[in-house]
Amino acid sequence: MGVMIGTMGAVFGQLFRSSLDDYLPFLAAGIILWGFISTVISEGCLGFISAEAVIKQLPIPLFVHILRLVWRNVLILGHNIVILPIVFVFFGRPLSILALAALPGATVLIANLCWIALILAIISARYRDLPQVVASVLQVFFYLTPIVWMPSALPSDSGRYILELNPAYHLLEIVRAPLLGQVPTMLNWGVSIALLVVGWTGAALLFGRYKTRVAYWL
Amino acid sequence: MASVNFTNVCVDYPIYNSSARSLKKRLMQVATGGQLGSDAQGHVIVRAIDHLTLKLGDGDRLGLVGHNGSGKSTLLRVLAGVYAPSAGTAAIRGEIGSLIGISLSIDVEATGRENIYLRGSLLGMTNGEITRHLEDIIDFSGLGEFIDMPLRTYSTGIHLRLAFAVSTTVRPQILLMDEWLSVGDEHFRQKAESRMAELLRATSILVIASHSKKLVLDTCNRALWLEHGRVRLDGSAEDVCAAYFG
Repeated sequence: MGVMIGTMGAVFGQLFRSSLDDYLPFLAAGIILWGFISTVISEGCLGFISAEAVIKQLPIPLFVHILRLVWRNVLILGHNIVILPIVFVFFGRPLSILALAALPGATVLIANLCWIALILAIISARYRDLPQVVASVLQVFFYLTPIVWMPSALPSDSGRYILELNPAYHLLEIVRAPLLGQVPTMLNWGVSIALLVVGWTGAALLFGRYKTRVAYWL
Repeated sequence: MASVNFTNVCVDYPIYNSSARSLKKRLMQVATGGQLGSDAQGHVIVRAIDHLTLKLGDGDRLGLVGHNGSGKSTLLRVLAGVYAPSAGTAAIRGEIGSLIGISLSIDVEATGRENIYLRGSLLGMTNGEITRHLEDIIDFSGLGEFIDMPLRTYSTGIHLRLAFAVSTTVRPQILLMDEWLSVGDEHFRQKAESRMAELLRATSILVIASHSKKLVLDTCNRALWLEHGRVRLDGSAEDVCAAYFG
């Protein structure tokens, strides 16, 4: 991952003519967080399918399988995130105290990923072509979300819609902005919290309705 | 006080073909009003258990007999709480333990000790309980200092001994088994037998699926003969064995 950030930083930094001091920390934080988000979502599709042997043998609460995969990826994120201080030191950028504000952001992000993984795991157990669909959608979001390009590169009027209508942008921003020493906007937080409430309500309804069917679908 | 109370339990397995598994095809059907591709509706349903009524109380040792595919394993899974009945009610009181697939979810890269925790948690033990039983499990499996080696370095026999030692540590009120557990060499087998006997004494209800007449006669006081998911005969182990095994 470090090598990838280094090479992408060199190429895209030239392309966007932004200074590497700004661009590389932005890219590093974005790539690391996006790696986490996209892996949880794509593995979430396989959450129940890959636990088939256990689900068919032991009556373990199904959500445990989701928590296992989320926790595994949190640990991996913990390993990848150490790249960030190295990048900061390299560019002589101070890591401000504001970075601690990334923790509540990360909590909300993880709670959001839990419901997304739960819903995808349920539907994927029944419809086995969903993981491929999700993989394509994730690819689209990778380009749509400011990860390799900076939001400042967008024209101010039309660019706003690209950003503000993208839920992935808000979820990413509540963690990334504090890491880079910026404050997330109220809109970022508002959308993230709203997603949490709406998403969990939907996930709870779906799970309550179909949790006894999952074992049959596998 | 453990009990099992099944009333008219049915289990229907949906069998999906590949197009019934496809979300894309499903959405197309909705969009086209179900006209297009309706021939691809691959809904086949297999009734694995058909209106089964069963009552078990303390002290019952039930043997399940029947041909392959008669619904023995499915019934065990309903008892384990894995499958919710499609119809009827299944009321189960008491803690359930399953000795089916004892080496399930074992991680070959992890050490023996880590696998004890992994397997123990799956069986519903808390970390504290596992730690209390840890020495006993290591001792019983006879692994000694190999317990801190990755599991892939173990032989199949040793592997099973460890799985056996962990799985028989739990003391459930209702115990489910698919055939008798028998692992290891001659020496270990004797230890295992006495451990199994001890486990059986501690459980109040046993349900075991078996193709062995001797096993059913030796361990059970009651037997159920299943055929095509229906009860063919329910009675004492002797009567059912005489009828089934001839």
